[in-house]
Amino acid sequence: MGMATREAYGQALAELGAKNPNVIALDADLAKSTFSSKFQEKFPDRFFTVGIAEANMVGIAGGLAMTGKIPFASSFAVFLMDKGYDQLRVAVAYPNVNAKFVGSHSGISIGEDGPSQQSVEDLALACGLAGFVVLCPSDEFCARALVHRMAEHVGPVFMRTGRAKAAIIYNEHDDFEIGQAKVHGKGSDVAIIACGFEVGYALQAQAQLELEGIHARVLDMHTIKPIDEEAIEIAATECGAIVCAEEHLLDGGLGSQVARAVGKTRPVPMEFVGINNTYAESGTPEQLMDKYGLTAPYIVQAARKVFRRKPAVR
Amino acid sequence: MTTTSVSPSISIEHMKQTARNMRIDIIKMIGAAGSGHPGGSLSEVELMVALYFKVMRHDPKNPKWDGRDRFILSKGHGCATLYSVLAETGYIDHALLPTFRKLGSPLQGHPDKRFLPILEASTGSLGQGLSIGIGMALAGKLNKADFHTFVMTGDGEIQEGQNWEAAMFAPYHKLNNLTLIIDNNKQQLDDYTAKILDVSPLGDKFRAFNWNVIEIDGHDFDQVIPALEQARNNSSDHPTCIVANTIKGKGVSFMEGKVKWHGMAPKPDEVAAAVKELEAVKI
Repeated sequence: MGMATREAYGQALAELGAKNPNVIALDADLAKSTFSSKFQEKFPDRFFTVGIAEANMVGIAGGLAMTGKIPFASSFAVFLMDKGYDQLRVAVAYPNVNAKFVGSHSGISIGEDGPSQQSVEDLALACGLAGFVVLCPSDEFCARALVHRMAEHVGPVFMRTGRAKAAIIYNEHDDFEIGQAKVHGKGSDVAIIACGFEVGYALQAQAQLELEGIHARVLDMHTIKPIDEEAIEIAATECGAIVCAEEHLLDGGLGSQVARAVGKTRPVPMEFVGINNTYAESGTPEQLMDKYGLTAPYIVQAARKVFRRKPAVR
Repeated sequence: MTTTSVSPSISIEHMKQTARNMRIDIIKMIGAAGSGHPGGSLSEVELMVALYFKVMRHDPKNPKWDGRDRFILSKGHGCATLYSVLAETGYIDHALLPTFRKLGSPLQGHPDKRFLPILEASTGSLGQGLSIGIGMALAGKLNKADFHTFVMTGDGEIQEGQNWEAAMFAPYHKLNNLTLIIDNNKQQLDDYTAKILDVSPLGDKFRAFNWNVIEIDGHDFDQVIPALEQARNNSSDHPTCIVANTIKGKGVSFMEGKVKWHGMAPKPDEVAAAVKELEAVKI
């Protein structure tokens, strides 16, 4: 396993701090957990902890951005998005300012802390902010590169990061661009479109399916919005069946975005792996990912099912 | 180009005339729109006149000047007054005022930077302006710039919890380049503030949060100007909170102190009566 995406974020944020004096970091008393502390260590004069006060933090980020700074505000995804939502809407999205938000401890893989800390709706909330770019990196290299891309992008961005160590998928030479999916493999029986932690599981599922004679390709959809419609259309056309996999409620996240793109470009059968209309509980990350149906075997199951649903070739 | 100009300072008598003219504009704008918020617009007139004609460092010919003082109308529903003072100071054309609240107008129902980029912030969801102002004041400190940030809220708005997060932050970070002006007109949409959720004593609350507090009559230029200038030239380590005691609907006798005029437009005959009364005021 590699490092957690939250740690890669912290490293990249510190790199950004060295590159651009206008980068400011804010945190709401979770800097050691979000890893914005890595920026704090190097640039204490440009780091502000606002206390346990997310609404104020988001508003301050808006004001800093309106005055030419590039603020990166971090907290747990659930507190940042849920407690700061009206502020994200009015002080950031609606005036369309250049502020960045990073929510760690997303999904249920945070484990024992339980549902009050587990964000299962942040992608849906972020997609509901007009003009926002929404990112969900899969591994440390993806996360680090996307932090640099989000700083270059002019406009509001939300990125979710994870608490648990993530499987290494890429290396330091891989390039990532906002809105461009990474495609793994050329299988044309089914396309698995995943984000975040689920990309690692999707690649395991791809290997298992190969043994069964089902040739799958995996799309790492690290940008949830704007979604890569072109890559989705190609996958739908060439594979004729799609599975979406996300560590998020089935409502309003990756699956919804992909389904809309599929519907308007190339309708094909789809199956969805995600959290089904519930909150999780305490447990180890592995136990929870299994109990709530997010691990590789569930993606394999969904792939078999969608493969069977494909219309017979005439 | 280096700009250091301040909007030309005018006499108090001229300010009183300007305030009267703005009240006429406000009534006509809201009347023509058929909707809006006359009560809280009329209560904040003198405060806004003093800011734009006396206290703030700004340049209508160079609205994006980096060194300008910032003003955020957190009580966004009071924007008829803001648009009127922007017209009086030459930022926008007076001819725009009748387009208030109409489709495509830069003068949106609540302040909207997208439609009127000279605005510092888009507001309307109460409780947010002070945090945004803190962000601006922090940026000013980081840049070692000497501009000042003024934020105006209502008194009912102070019920929003975000204000208290912000109220703790600003003194702790020694933001003496930030001033909160509370238009304490003592009413909100549904009733008197004291009957909804009493926010008094406002001065004591902010003093307890380590703000410098100045309590004034918000319609008396002889109190408004010195208070705002003291805040603008603040050399202490604390931000300033000006509790401006005002009258909702000020200047129009049938609106003064009447809760129902928080968010109701005057009908044509009421517009005529209000304008007649304001025009008759001897200055």
